[in-house]
Amino acid sequence: MSSKEKEPLFSAKNIKLLTSPFSQSNPVIVQILGICSALAVTAKMKPAFVMAISVTVVTAFSNLIMSLLRKTIPSRIRIIVQLVVIAALVILVDQVLKAYVYDVSKQLSVFVGLIITNCIIMGRVEAFALGNKPWPSFLDGIGNGAGYGIILIIISFFRELLGSGTLWGYQVIPDWCYQHGYSNNSLMLLPPMALIIVGLIIWIHRSYNKNLIDK
Amino acid sequence: MKGLRNYIDKIKPNFEKGGKFGALHSTFEAFETFLFVPNTVTKKGAHIRDCNDMKRVMIIVVLALIPALLFGMYNVGLQHFRAVGDTVAAGAIMQCFWFGFLKVLPIIVVSYVVGLAIEFAFAQSRGHEVNEGFLVSGMLIPLVMPVDVPLWMVAVATAFAVIIGKEVFGGTGMNVFNPALLARAFIFFAYTPYISGEKVWIAGLSKGVGIVDGFSGATPLTNASESVITGEAINWGGTSPIDWFLGFIPGSIGETSTLAILIGAAILLYTGVASWRIMVSVFAGGYLMGLLFNLIGANAYMEIPAYYHLLLGGFAFGAVFMATDPVTSAQTNKGKVIYGLMIGAIAVLIRVVNPGYPEGMMLSILFMNALAPLIDHYVVQANIRRRNKRLSVAK
Repeated sequence: MSSKEKEPLFSAKNIKLLTSPFSQSNPVIVQILGICSALAVTAKMKPAFVMAISVTVVTAFSNLIMSLLRKTIPSRIRIIVQLVVIAALVILVDQVLKAYVYDVSKQLSVFVGLIITNCIIMGRVEAFALGNKPWPSFLDGIGNGAGYGIILIIISFFRELLGSGTLWGYQVIPDWCYQHGYSNNSLMLLPPMALIIVGLIIWIHRSYNKNLIDK
Repeated sequence: MKGLRNYIDKIKPNFEKGGKFGALHSTFEAFETFLFVPNTVTKKGAHIRDCNDMKRVMIIVVLALIPALLFGMYNVGLQHFRAVGDTVAAGAIMQCFWFGFLKVLPIIVVSYVVGLAIEFAFAQSRGHEVNEGFLVSGMLIPLVMPVDVPLWMVAVATAFAVIIGKEVFGGTGMNVFNPALLARAFIFFAYTPYISGEKVWIAGLSKGVGIVDGFSGATPLTNASESVITGEAINWGGTSPIDWFLGFIPGSIGETSTLAILIGAAILLYTGVASWRIMVSVFAGGYLMGLLFNLIGANAYMEIPAYYHLLLGGFAFGAVFMATDPVTSAQTNKGKVIYGLMIGAIAVLIRVVNPGYPEGMMLSILFMNALAPLIDHYVVQANIRRRNKRLSVAK
């Protein structure tokens, strides 16, 4: 160990783990994971933001814990161990949400519990944490959670603005617009429109990142 | 004519690659082929071709829509004057027509301007030819709208239908869903109060112009679906099947007159533009489903004569102009029959069973649009299997 130089905490490689999920390997728009909850909780910005934070926390800590345990778990039972860890973390998050932001927790309803089934978490644990050291795994978890969160917030921004005329619960489209015949788009509040917005984000993203286009 | 040709030939080099306006090549080409049949010759394969290209086909469909459009304009005026109780004006044909013309024209203009602008922009940026598909969609969209729909909604819906419904799939000929119906579905789900209920089908009613006592403005379909909820006999609002056939009822602009639509159908069938298999099987599907409900007969709506369904609402319009769209319908002959029967049956099913959607035609066509490739797949597979079997017997 002494001959090998200690890697700094935020080396270029680690920074890349943190930032690449924002664009080049974004879990939602590049890996197409976690679409279900991206459609379900994005009608308003506040729940989407809380959801983004919750998923980031769960991803980061499940990555960290699994990375710490990775040498002690027989690979045949690793899935069930992962589930136990993730489920425990989700229950913790659920309790915290219920304690501090009860109304948002009620809006999110079952989708907090369903974080367990979010493919991003399981995917990162399987693909990254089981083969890497704790600190990079933790960063990878934060990065992927935040990459998921940023898409959620973009979707919910447009859905809340056009669907309810509000942002973060505050009315932003002035009353005179409504008096002159403007009307909220209730299609925006339905999940199919979220899917279309995801599609549009992918379209714009791909046109700037031509290397990601499938041949 | 010759002068025009010479002028086009003169300015043509400017729009070729490397010319002064080379970037506008596809726009130029669109206008050139609009004016003159392109003189392209076949280089290989079958050498027989006629002057019929997509622009000519589309123009025939637009022609077939004209009777429904003209009657629609007249009916807009008629319904308006009836609603405000102006019997003198309601009796004057030209006055009704002129009133409707002024109401409908802006919707047509908005639909064409928005749709064509997007088509041209996409063709230009992709370097494609400008496609003609929107000539028809741009006329269909106003005809399936209620007359009181705000113009900006028409613009948003048209943009949505053209971009999300067509361009993302690769433009004309590649779309999965009928763009005109997609525009209507967009408004239906996004701005529901503006395209359903009792107030939107007659010009001015939603803004509360003076209404005669006892006049509701509801379409017969709305009344019928209400009877399912209340459990009472259907109140047809004083209209009879002959009114529905001729079209003197409130409804979307182009859908009310089955007669005018049938004239359009005759044009389409005579010129061979639309498939008779689809048209006939849609009507057959609706009629059979109506008969089936007659057998069940659980409420007043189920007991109405089956042919009522074919006259009411957008059934005929959907069967003639929407279901027959060659891009989104099934392609095999057997597939077309299955596709048509299912459209008719599902439309009537939605109408009768789900009072939340008084008109099922739009949803049923969109639904079957999605299933059309699947139907074709199984028809083709069945054919392959049958032939294989024959082959093995012969051995």
